[in-house]
Amino acid sequence: MNLAGALAAIVGTRHVRAARAERVTYAMDGLPTHRWVPGIVALPGTRDEVVAVVRLLAAAGVPFVPRGAGTGLSGGALAGEGAVLVVLTRLNRILTIDPRARIAVVEPGVVNARLSNAAAPYGLQYAPDPSSQTACTIGGNVAENAGGPHCLKYGVTSNHILALEVVLADGRVVRLGSPGGEPWGPDLVGLFVGSEGNFGVATRISVRLTPVPAAVRTLLADFPTLRAAGEAVSAIIASGIVPAALEMMDQSCIRAVEDSVYAAGYPRDAAAVLLVELDGRAETAVAAETASVEAILARHGARSVRSAATARERERLWQGRKKAFGAMGRLSRDLVVQDAVVPRSTLPDVLETIGRIAAEHGLLVSNVFHAGDGNLHPNISFDGTDPEMKARVEQASAEIMATCIAAGGTITGEHGVGIDKLRYMPLVFDGDSLAAMYAVRRVFDPAERVNPGKVVPLHACREWVR
Amino acid sequence: MSLRDRLRALLGRDAVLETTGGPDEAPRVAPASPDAVALLLGTAHEEGWRVRIEGAGTWMSTDAPADLALTTRRLDRVPSIAPQDLTATTEAGIGCDLLRQQLADRGAWLAVDPPGLAGRTLGSIVATGTSGPLRQGFGPIRDHLLGVTFVTGDGRIIQSGGRVMKNVAGYDLTRLQAGGFGAFGVIVLVHLRLRALPRADTTFLLEGGREDLTQVAEDIRATGLEPAALELVSPALARRERWVLAVRLAGSAALVAADEAGLRAATRGRFTPLRAEEAHAFWMRAAEGLATRPVAFRIGGLPEGGDELLDLLQHQVGDEWISASPGVGVIRWAGDTTPGRLRHLRRALAEKEVPLTLERAPWTLRGAVGHFGQYRENVSPLVAGLRRTFDPGEHFVVAIEGDG
Repeated sequence: MNLAGALAAIVGTRHVRAARAERVTYAMDGLPTHRWVPGIVALPGTRDEVVAVVRLLAAAGVPFVPRGAGTGLSGGALAGEGAVLVVLTRLNRILTIDPRARIAVVEPGVVNARLSNAAAPYGLQYAPDPSSQTACTIGGNVAENAGGPHCLKYGVTSNHILALEVVLADGRVVRLGSPGGEPWGPDLVGLFVGSEGNFGVATRISVRLTPVPAAVRTLLADFPTLRAAGEAVSAIIASGIVPAALEMMDQSCIRAVEDSVYAAGYPRDAAAVLLVELDGRAETAVAAETASVEAILARHGARSVRSAATARERERLWQGRKKAFGAMGRLSRDLVVQDAVVPRSTLPDVLETIGRIAAEHGLLVSNVFHAGDGNLHPNISFDGTDPEMKARVEQASAEIMATCIAAGGTITGEHGVGIDKLRYMPLVFDGDSLAAMYAVRRVFDPAERVNPGKVVPLHACREWVR
Repeated sequence: MSLRDRLRALLGRDAVLETTGGPDEAPRVAPASPDAVALLLGTAHEEGWRVRIEGAGTWMSTDAPADLALTTRRLDRVPSIAPQDLTATTEAGIGCDLLRQQLADRGAWLAVDPPGLAGRTLGSIVATGTSGPLRQGFGPIRDHLLGVTFVTGDGRIIQSGGRVMKNVAGYDLTRLQAGGFGAFGVIVLVHLRLRALPRADTTFLLEGGREDLTQVAEDIRATGLEPAALELVSPALARRERWVLAVRLAGSAALVAADEAGLRAATRGRFTPLRAEEAHAFWMRAAEGLATRPVAFRIGGLPEGGDELLDLLQHQVGDEWISASPGVGVIRWAGDTTPGRLRHLRRALAEKEVPLTLERAPWTLRGAVGHFGQYRENVSPLVAGLRRTFDPGEHFVVAIEGDG
């Protein structure tokens, strides 16, 4: 029996894609600059099927790539012709929600927003909220250590994962962590989260749920310059108030949103807007902190500060922010959503430099990002069918990364390295550090069959003889 | 040439500290830079020396059998504090008291209050993965780390993470180091996430029976209050007649005022506020008291299982020295015990899916049962592989595994 047949014997013929026309569907993730067509696509429906598939591939010595909804933005979930793409979207059961312990146990294919919706009747939510949360899966979030606007206050994925069941590359199953979140031995849960699928397949994920705040205030502040908005961000952080979210959009982004079906009422003539959300248990405290933030915004040159008066208005303000990437689809045929992090106090200078880089390369760069964390998302609009333009995009991306590193930052805050950022890894890590990562990967996967060719650029690793 | 003389020749006379235990005592070496740590460990790797890792020597017994002791106490510089970014970079051997003061002078705060004496090093806290009552509001120590630099057993300097608030570039080796007890390297540099000094910081106490206070803690949790600390402290540790439930509220004045009102409403005004100096003394006593006993461990269960776990501890090892965070399900125990009792307790806890991490013990105990004991199925080869990766010559004398 060939490999496709053997996979079909495990998962069912309907859940194996072997024809090229079917496989091409999986050739990209959310980043349009990389395209790999997988050899075979298999969609197991249960944990036991995942184990059986992984064991089959181990016995056959075939590489494989675990994949969730394919919304990633680093080319991390792409598989080449010689590899099997193991798509986990059918493992979409929420196994338990324990409201008293504030814990949920889910399969990897559960969509992020669906978990929060399921927890809502208990007054709970799953706090990490990537912009793609209506499509991306918890398994993908674990692989990438995903963030989101509200991670400023509530922490990223890593802060919310208590325990994991993982199928290793050879098909062995390990349980990491403990129900309460205390590591059981070294913190292998922490090590696994953000490993971009290189350490195995998470089949059971235990997450912490967070009470839905009783009081929420959402502010929209508009600024005449990017610098003024950036300085307001630093001032809010330095004040000691921790907003639930502190997001920034520049004029290009604002206009793209306002021209789209997601129009949120952002002022089109603003150089930048800040979306600031404060939340908590007590209305009085949130009101007082909101007043403090409003004063800071005014002191730093906000032309106006608008508070969402109703839940509907709040939703509208957030929809504009969360759908901004989609709205930017109007600007050009293709969009590169970049991801980098800088110290918060350098935001004004870095944003100005990014503007200069865009102008020098004749490109449109729109910024929508998690300003409170210093997590930038410069989005470059382009036409992927134009090789010369594509080359300029690559060059501008490299210069933006170099700018962020020079400012004391790093090359990715939440999208991962995948294949897209491989070339930048030697700019932030020396050969020994990269070699250490490579050696750790080989502890989990000695044959390097799980998601090969991602995260660690082998050419840059110093020799690590073991 | 004696080992002591060789070490002096390698790192300079100042780097080899005077010891009082006689000529047979292992030399204690205090490198003054990460490069010096790398030089020492690279040489140890070539020579086959066994190395005990120490901080200030105030927490873990400095009794593991080794050819030499490497202390981080001269790695005590703070290269960077950025109050505007709420980040800092510090060497691992700095004492927490000194670091806290330097941060406070810049309006910044590291929201970590681990057990131990005031001069306990930051590296010790990170390496043992130890958090205190503030874990309730601000998470365990690993949540305060942006990155670390560490030196492997064969003298390589490895960077992990960075200095910014979010970072997913490469695997998270920082998490492996936090709570790794030095088995995966010597932490030399730590990049920290800070908070602004809270504008208001108030502690409230309630004395009573343990079960009653556990219920009060559950009531507080159910209201959605988010205290900085919610700690149940045994009478001996609190130096009170009865058990104490302590609630610490920290943040903006408005937040603390609102939470104080919420606490009063939820508990019918049963708590008594402490003056600032009383609160400071209370929390310091609770932290330092745990360092006066020869053994300390933590267990981590579900929040609602705390009372049952306390019963189990009381039954098996006594409950004289306890500090428990019922909101997060972590209980810290201190006292004296035997390997046999610890093995027995670990087995009972494992049946409840509760891990026990031995945080502090004489070598005779930790060498026998290990900081972590036995791992669950298929985990042992992974940990062994990681140890081989970061300490290929098995130079670090660290007992993370044990027979129970």
